[in-house]
Amino acid sequence: MNATYDSIDKGTELPPRTYRITRLDLVKYAGASGDFNIIHWNERVARSVGLPNVIAHGMYTMAQVGKFVAEWAGGDPGAVTDFGVRFSAMVPVPDDDEGATIEVSGKILEKLPDNKVTVDVVAKAGGAKVLTRARATVRLP
Amino acid sequence: MALNPEYAGRVYGPGEPYEVSRVKIADFADAIGEPSQLCRDREAAVKAGYPDVIAPPTFAVIIDQRSTKAAVTDPGLGLDYSMVVHGEQSFSYSRPLHAGDVVVATTTIESIRTLGALSMLVTSTSIDTVDGEHICTATSNLVERGA
Repeated sequence: MNATYDSIDKGTELPPRTYRITRLDLVKYAGASGDFNIIHWNERVARSVGLPNVIAHGMYTMAQVGKFVAEWAGGDPGAVTDFGVRFSAMVPVPDDDEGATIEVSGKILEKLPDNKVTVDVVAKAGGAKVLTRARATVRLP
Repeated sequence: MALNPEYAGRVYGPGEPYEVSRVKIADFADAIGEPSQLCRDREAAVKAGYPDVIAPPTFAVIIDQRSTKAAVTDPGLGLDYSMVVHGEQSFSYSRPLHAGDVVVATTTIESIRTLGALSMLVTSTSIDTVDGEHICTATSNLVERGA
């Protein structure tokens, strides 16, 4: 990809990516993050409280977007200086080998000084926007 | 149950210092599928200008949620955590977290709003080194669905 500050402009689109989320990913994320909320790993309980299935941690989806932006910007996760999202829909993760898929795309909202840009990101799962107002400021090479 | 609006402005912490470790960063990077060697290989991180391996940007949620727990479980606030969904999250960094950082977190209840059956709680958590250097401010918006 090798996006550089000089090679992009307001409106430049980031190449879209898809990320797969399986139950195993949620178990690993629960362990690594310390978020053991039962709706993220127990289908029986998730359904009993009215959810369609086990749902992904919102922060797991946000982490995928962080990765998406950092990889595009040269692979340095430390280049992301400001990052915010609104969680607008849940990502149900079925108990099979396919899991759920999130589609992530983005475009440059603004070029800032110091080689920084603000990226507006869209993340969708099952046709629904799972994040809105997802914005990251990242420093480019 | 409506949240107690008088709790807006309350400050919790700083709590016990949190030591950022290489192993924890690598585990977190593995869990989210972050491929960067800057999260795993100290030499690569140093070559890129960092003191040690760096944490991915959402790593700070671990420290944020530990700190925010003091606020959300405060009985006087009246939050039913079983009815809470995460509405928004943001991070604003002065620099990346790296292995070896020893940080403290302080959480402020920024606002409390009730709209019909929904209550909204906004918290901000400042994450600073024990020497007082600001690293990150994490802002969370939690929504409590009324019963």
